Amino acid sequence: MPPIDYASLRLLWWAFLGLLLIGFAVTDGFDLGAALLQPFIARTDSEKRMLLNAIGPVWEGNQVWFILGGGAAFAAWPPLYAVSFSGFYLAMFLVLAALILRPVAITFRSKLQGAGWRRGWDWAFFVSGLVPALVFGIAFGNLFLGVPFRFDETLRVAYEGGLFGLLNPWALLCGLVSVAMLAMHGGNWVALKTEGALARRAGAAASWAAMALVALFSLAGLWLAIGIDGYVIQGSIDRMGPSYPLNKSVLRAAGAWLDTYGTHPWTMAAPAIAYLGAGASLALHRAVRSLPAFLASGISVAGIVATAGISLFPFLLPSSIDPRSSLTVWDASSSPATLFIMLVATVIFLPIVILYTGWVFRVMRGPVTAEAVEREEDTLY
Amino acid sequence: MAELDVVELSRLQFALTALYHFLFVPLTLGLSVLLAVMESVYVMTGRAIWREMTKFWGTLFGINFAMGVATGITMEFQFGTNWAYYSHYVGDIFGAPLAIEGLMAFFLEATFIGLFFFGWNRLSRLGHLVVTWLVAIGSNLSALWILIANAWMQNPVGATFNPATMRMEVSSFFDVLFNPVAQAKFVHTVSAGYVTGAVFVLSIGAFYLLRGRHREIARRSITVAASFGLASALSVVVLGDESGYTAGLNQKMKIAAIEAMWETETPPAGFTLFGFPDRATETTRFEIHVPWVLGLIATRSIDEPVEGIKDLVATAERRIRNGLTGYKDLERLRAERAQAVPPEMQEPIHDLGYALLLKRWRPDIGNATDEQVHQAALSTVPDVSVLFWSFRFMVGLGFYFILLFALAFYLASRRELERRWFLRLALCSLPLPWIAAELGWIVAEYGRQPWIIDGVLPTFLGASSEPIGDIWFSLIGFVLFYSTLAVIDVYLLVKYIGLGPKQPAAPASNRLAPATGDD
Repeated sequence: MPPIDYASLRLLWWAFLGLLLIGFAVTDGFDLGAALLQPFIARTDSEKRMLLNAIGPVWEGNQVWFILGGGAAFAAWPPLYAVSFSGFYLAMFLVLAALILRPVAITFRSKLQGAGWRRGWDWAFFVSGLVPALVFGIAFGNLFLGVPFRFDETLRVAYEGGLFGLLNPWALLCGLVSVAMLAMHGGNWVALKTEGALARRAGAAASWAAMALVALFSLAGLWLAIGIDGYVIQGSIDRMGPSYPLNKSVLRAAGAWLDTYGTHPWTMAAPAIAYLGAGASLALHRAVRSLPAFLASGISVAGIVATAGISLFPFLLPSSIDPRSSLTVWDASSSPATLFIMLVATVIFLPIVILYTGWVFRVMRGPVTAEAVEREEDTLY
Repeated sequence: MAELDVVELSRLQFALTALYHFLFVPLTLGLSVLLAVMESVYVMTGRAIWREMTKFWGTLFGINFAMGVATGITMEFQFGTNWAYYSHYVGDIFGAPLAIEGLMAFFLEATFIGLFFFGWNRLSRLGHLVVTWLVAIGSNLSALWILIANAWMQNPVGATFNPATMRMEVSSFFDVLFNPVAQAKFVHTVSAGYVTGAVFVLSIGAFYLLRGRHREIARRSITVAASFGLASALSVVVLGDESGYTAGLNQKMKIAAIEAMWETETPPAGFTLFGFPDRATETTRFEIHVPWVLGLIATRSIDEPVEGIKDLVATAERRIRNGLTGYKDLERLRAERAQAVPPEMQEPIHDLGYALLLKRWRPDIGNATDEQVHQAALSTVPDVSVLFWSFRFMVGLGFYFILLFALAFYLASRRELERRWFLRLALCSLPLPWIAAELGWIVAEYGRQPWIIDGVLPTFLGASSEPIGDIWFSLIGFVLFYSTLAVIDVYLLVKYIGLGPKQPAAPASNRLAPATGDD
């Protein structure tokens, strides 16, 4: 038996999953944001290459946060991994297609000179940023509504919904929050890592996005408070119990998604950070190549992801058609042994990862200039 | 059989996307190490030509790497999208190596790949070399963890069924980690990757020599590829044999099917070099039999029998009946809300997977007829002809690579590389390692059928309950999308191979004298 009790392990792994999602949104988020802003801020071929090379050396490592998020969900929350990926089947397929397109678009675009070739990959690159940004937001939005799935006694899952069921107004609003958030963060990164007109346009785009984000995020908060019924576990649940979701019963209640902020007021720090970061990003961007603005938008992104996770807590994935099938932190995890082993692996390796990632960012510091992309025609993207 | 169902479509999609992904993986594994070797020579000798070599092969590596990463994302998520019940049933064990792969290996590889391409002017020579080695180590570690996960599907050690959660849970992570199948598979697979990388460099080098272009770089590249390739080709065959031995320990049915061995022979069993397996009559026609060999490979002894298919079917039938007892025990345990399996029930519940095979014939498997039990036992035999032939082609290619590299090594050491017949042979060998690798996966995974996890969960139970239209949509989407990308990828590779390496920079830019003569 592991030296940490099951309930604490579950709570820790809930936090770790959040951490990985935040890692993904903060690092790869700016790559996605840069991609979806590209048609609007990069006009000449040279600017497009500057933008590509601004994320060129780091996007690949950043993307691993997402891969690892998937892997960690598989290892620590197997039912969550199974239900969410198969339940959002076609949406996942769209995200996969976009993420398959992205490495290829980045790597292949500047390898040949033809204008048609480059234009085609520019489109692919834009789509590869926009689609995941939008779909992740929409998927998160649907978590609050509940997903139409139910388990049978053997925990085989069945769904009663499709792709178009996901496209409701609330979820689309969440999709827009996600796009605005990543556009803000990506704009700040491009402003930080490039020069001249491109950097100025990127900074301006980041500011517009930050304003849109504040408005959309507030609207979403309001809607969540008054327009969407939350889910609550009825009675008590054994936090050390086996991961068998059908043992509990679940109710829907108006405004319940905000309960955690009432019982644990310190959690209000998450939305506060989201606002403060966005505001700071807005205030700081005027200085050219502002690292503080980029850090501020990163903090805001972290705050928004944390807000979503905390609001849902203790739910991971509620079911709209059979509430007791809902997945919660207390009944959808791996066994204590697996959670503990994975905890040890994470505690050892994640700091190492963060250290060498930091080193790589430091080595590649400084802006990508128009001269550099001219001079290193062959080696840069 | 005219219409494909959800399970068959999901299998088809998994097979296609996995085989496609593995077009790029072996080259990444092999070329990353070759790049590191070439750059090491550059750093140690200071000769600029080795730097140009590293950069040239690095460009081709980059094109291939992008495709490998792109297609790998699909693999990580397809368990969840298409194999939801599998993910629930074994995620407790199977998910861990995948997650650790991301944490320990893929992060390393993906973070440093950017520095490999963009760090040439920002790092010292030694610093950049370290980065290149980290990329190579990252790719290889990545293969290790993926193969630990895969090996567990072949040989599910260190796990038990938990009636309270209706899934398999880890009982010994140590056993999962040090699964003998994983060790054998890892070394076999990375060696196959090294062979692929070496053949790639050899063939393209030969192409340049045939055209009389880039001779300095081509000759050096071939020399590196020849020695690296020879060692790898020897290792891939020897360690493939080790795989055979470990499979002989736990996947007897796979071995028997590969050998089309219907009856148990008196030990030591012979090896069927050639023949036409016929499933209907359970015989192999026109056999050419080599005595003793199989017994030695599969049991490392001359007195242990290698069981034939018919005997293994009888064993399967026994295990199905035992599993049915386990199934009934389990129903009782569920009714009592038991949290663990009492010792006396562990043995029958261990065979639960065999009883689940009956689900193909009826949902209430407790009432299965003798005929259905027999049918289920017969269903444990994989497709004998496919395995028989895939295996033989793969092994034949393995021996061919040993000869090819031995020849290359011999000619390189006599400085007689530029023989046109040899260069043509080397060039024509380019597609062969990919064929061998794909055949290897067919043997390993198609040979695992009907199981998704050997003896634990039948494949048809692992699939998601997805609307069939969605799966058609994704399958067709993947085929179209992947085919387009394949065309673009090959076009770009051919273009860059045609362009060739950049001519070495002017001597002034090198701190040491440029290369002269044979080094």
